[in-house]
Amino acid sequence: MPTYLPHTAEQDAAMLRFLGLEHMEDLFAHLPAAVRLAGGLPIPEGRSELDVLDEMAVLASRNVAAGLTCFAGVGAYDHDIPPVVRALASRSEFVTAYTPYQPEVAQGVLQALFEYQTLVARLSGLPIANASLYDGAAALVEALNLAASTTGRHGVLISRGVHPHWRAAARTFAAGTGHQFEEAPLVGGVTVWPTGGRDDLAAVVVGYPNYWGFLEDLAAARALADASGALLVVAGDPVAAAVVRSAGSWDADVFVGEGQAFGTALSFGGPYLGMFAVREELVRRLPGRIVGETVDVAGRRAFVTTLRAREQDIRRERATSNVCTNQTLMAVTAAIQLGWLGTAGLREMALRCATGAHELAERVAQVPGVRLASAAPFVREFALHLGRPAGPVLAAMARRGILGGVAARGLEPPGSGGGERDDVLIVTVTERHRDRDLDAYVEALRAAVAS
Amino acid sequence: MFELSSPGRSAAQLRATGIAPRDLDAMIPSEHRRDDVLETVDLAERDLVGHVTRLSARQYSVDLGAYPLGSCTMKYNPKMADEVAGLAGLAHVHPAADASLTQGWLELLVTLEERLCAITGMAAATLQPAAGAAGELTGLLLMRAYHSARGDARKRVLIPDSAHGTNPASVTLSGYQVTTVPSTERGLVDLEALAARLGDDVAGIMLTNPNTVGLFEEDIETIAELVHGVGGLLYYDGANLNAILGQARPGDMGFDIVHMNLHKTFATPHGGGGPGAGPVAVGESLVDFLPGPRPVRQNDGYAWATPARSIGRVHGWHGNALVLARALAYIETHGAAGLGEVAEHAVLNANWMRRRLAAILPAAYDRPCMHECVVTATALKDATGVRALDVAKSLLDEGFHAPTVYFPLIVDEALMIEPTETESPETLEALAEALERIVARAHSDPESVHAAPQATPVGRVDEARAARTLVATEDMATRAGLR
Repeated sequence: MPTYLPHTAEQDAAMLRFLGLEHMEDLFAHLPAAVRLAGGLPIPEGRSELDVLDEMAVLASRNVAAGLTCFAGVGAYDHDIPPVVRALASRSEFVTAYTPYQPEVAQGVLQALFEYQTLVARLSGLPIANASLYDGAAALVEALNLAASTTGRHGVLISRGVHPHWRAAARTFAAGTGHQFEEAPLVGGVTVWPTGGRDDLAAVVVGYPNYWGFLEDLAAARALADASGALLVVAGDPVAAAVVRSAGSWDADVFVGEGQAFGTALSFGGPYLGMFAVREELVRRLPGRIVGETVDVAGRRAFVTTLRAREQDIRRERATSNVCTNQTLMAVTAAIQLGWLGTAGLREMALRCATGAHELAERVAQVPGVRLASAAPFVREFALHLGRPAGPVLAAMARRGILGGVAARGLEPPGSGGGERDDVLIVTVTERHRDRDLDAYVEALRAAVAS
Repeated sequence: MFELSSPGRSAAQLRATGIAPRDLDAMIPSEHRRDDVLETVDLAERDLVGHVTRLSARQYSVDLGAYPLGSCTMKYNPKMADEVAGLAGLAHVHPAADASLTQGWLELLVTLEERLCAITGMAAATLQPAAGAAGELTGLLLMRAYHSARGDARKRVLIPDSAHGTNPASVTLSGYQVTTVPSTERGLVDLEALAARLGDDVAGIMLTNPNTVGLFEEDIETIAELVHGVGGLLYYDGANLNAILGQARPGDMGFDIVHMNLHKTFATPHGGGGPGAGPVAVGESLVDFLPGPRPVRQNDGYAWATPARSIGRVHGWHGNALVLARALAYIETHGAAGLGEVAEHAVLNANWMRRRLAAILPAAYDRPCMHECVVTATALKDATGVRALDVAKSLLDEGFHAPTVYFPLIVDEALMIEPTETESPETLEALAEALERIVARAHSDPESVHAAPQATPVGRVDEARAARTLVATEDMATRAGLR
C-alpha cells in the first residue's frame, strides 16, 4: 500500500509515548464505542500509484468523446491551450496554495487575481469584477441574489435564450431564496419581451450571444428593466466579447459569464470559471472575494482581499453570499491565457471562431433538409433545424469522428403547437477547427441526415 | 503584467486553419459590433513567463513547506493526481456529449459515489456541488425538500456557536433561520441549551464533528436522539472528516446529510482558493430528492437519471469533474487501511503538537483533540502585549505558513493548528521550536514581534486603506493616480 506519511514506526511509537499512549487506537478511545467503525472501511485495499494510474487510463480510454472533433459548445469550448499557459498555470506555487488569508506570503495569487479582475472588467465593460465564482451558472445564481437584495423584490424575468442548465440551477436555489421566475419566449431565435414596466421585478436576464448562438438587441431588455426599476443581468460569452459590444456598453448592471474558454480544458464540465462584474455602486453587495491594491508598512505596493465585511466568515447569516472556496486557479489561468493572447491575439481568436462559424453555417445550409434556425446575427455558434430528431444525427456523426454539436429544445415559443421540436442542433466553431474539419463536418452531417 | 505591456507586442500564435479570412463587418452588424478595440495586455512570451514566475516566487504553498492552517487540511497533494487530471481521455471530454460516448467518466463518477458513501456510511451522493459551501446549501435544500414533501413547514436550523461562517450564511440562503447553540466550557455542544432550543419548527442541526475546536462531539448519540426526536435532521459539515477516516462514520453517528470537502480530506489541491469539490451524501430517506441528473449503473453500462423528486441542478454541468477524478485516485491508492492510517497520523500529529506547546501556548481545552488543536495566546498577550496575530506573522518569518487565527470565535486569541498527517515529526519539532523562539522574543523584545513579518515579499499590509479606497483593477489604479 502506498503512503504519503513520513513517519517511521519508531517515530510513531515515540510520539505515542510522548502522549502517554501505547497504540494508535488509543487516540480514538474517547469516541463512543457505538460509533467506532469495526472491521475497517468497506472499500478495496490500496494499490500503487502506477497501478491506479493504469486503472484511470482504462476509464479514460472508454470516453469515446475525447477522440472526436468537437463542434459542441454552449458554455464549454474546445479552444487551444498553448504549452506556455499549461506550464505556468500548473506551477505548484499556485496549485498547492490556499486562500490568501496571509497576504504577506500570498502576493503571487493576489496579484494574479487583481490582473484577472482587471481583464474581466475590461471584457465586460463594467468597472468591478470579483475574484471568481464556481461557474457561469453559479454566477447567475449570485447575480439574482444581488438583484433581490438591491431591489427588495423577488421577481425574475429570464429569457429562454439563457442556458437551460443555468436557468435550472437558478430555480433550484430559488427554493431557499423565494425568487419567482417567469420566462420570456424566443421568436426567430431572439427574446420577445413584454412591453411596459412591472413593479415586482428584481432582475431582467438575457444572454449575449444567447444559448442558441444569436445576438439580440439588448435595448429592449434594458428598457424593460428601467421601466420596472429592475437590474439588467447579461449572461455573456467572454470570447465573443472581444468582437461584440460589451455588457457595459448595453448599460448592464451585472455581467455573468463562463470563463472556461480561457485556458481551461473541456474537463467534462468542471472545474470551470464563473465570471462576475458589476457597476461600481453595487460593490458592497458583491458575492465572493475581491482583491484590492494597497501598500504595506514600508509603503510598497501590495494586494489583499478586501471589503471582507460582506463575507460569510465575518458577516455569517447576513453575508452577501455563502461562497468561500471559489475557482482561483481557473481565474489565474484565465489571466495567464489572456496575457498570452494579448490584445491582438484575443481579437484574432474571436475573429477566427466567427469566421469558421460563418463558413460552416453557409456550408451546412447546402445540406438538404438543414437550415439555420434564425436569420439573427451570430458569432461563433448557431442553431440549426435538421428536419429530423437531432439525437440520432449526432450518434451517426459520432461514428464518423465528429461531435456534431449539442441537441437542444425550447427554441420556439411554448404552446406554439406540436410541442417542442427535437430537431435543433447547436453547432460551435473555435479557432482549432481547420478547413478540412469543416468539410468533414458537412460530409458527416450530410450522411447522417440522408440515412 | 500591465506594467510590462507594450502595444504591438504579442505572444499568441494561432494554428493555420486554411479557412479564408472574413471581415468582421461582414459577419456582425454594426449595432452589435464592438466599435473599439478591446485592449487587454501586450506581452512577449518571455515577459509573460518572467512575470508569472516572479509572482509564483511571492507565494507560499504546500509544496514549499508546512501549512498548519486549522480547518483547511493543507496536506500534501500527490503529484500522481495531477497526471490523472491531465489524461486526455478525461480532460478532453465535452460535458454535453451523449452518455454512450462518456462511459468512462460515468463509471468513474459512480465509483467515486460508492466510495464516498462507504467512507461516510450513507446511501447515495450527489457529486455536483463545486465546493463545501455549495455542498452545505445543497444539503439544506435537501433538508427543506424532505420536510416540504411531508407537508411540514419548518423554520429553524440549529448551529453551534463554534461553526464555520459558511453554515449560517448557507442557512439564510436555504430560507431557514439560524438558532445558535452555545458550547460548554469543555468545547462541546451544550446539551441542555440544545434541548431548550428544540421544537417541532426545527428543520435540523448542522454539526462539524470533530468540531471546529478539534474536539469530538462525544454526546453525538444523544444529540441525534434529541434532534430526530422532534422530527429534525442531522447535517454533517465534512470540513473535518480527515480526523475520522476509517475510524468512525457520520452515517453511524446518526447523520442524515453529509457534505465532504474533497480538496481537504482527499488531498485535491486548493489552487490558491479553489477549485474544490463538495459532494453531498444522504441517507435512504433523502435519496429521491438528490440533484439530477445523476450517473447511474444501468444494465451493463452507465446512464444519467434524475431522481423522482429531485431538487434540481446545483451546477452548470456535472460538478468539478477533474477534482472528482483526483479524489478517486487518492482513495484508490490509499484503500481501506491507508485511509485509516491517514486519520491516525492526523490525530497523532495534532495531539503531539498540543502537548508540545502546552508550556508556551496552552490548548483552549485541555483534553485529547482530534486532527487539530486550538491554542490560546491570551496569557501571552496579557504578559507581553503580543497577540495571536503577531505570533502568526512571526511564523511567516520562520518559513512556515501561519495557523488559522481568531477562529473559532468562542476562543479568545485563538491559534488553530492543523499539522495534517503528511508533516514529519522533524517538521513538527521545527514548527514547535519556531513558536518557542517567537514566544521568547515576545518577552524579551515584543516590538520585534509586532513588527513581523520582515522576511516576506511584503510586510504587514494596510487592509484599512484597501477597504477605504477600493482599487480592484489596473484601471482604477490609474484613475486613483497610482500609475
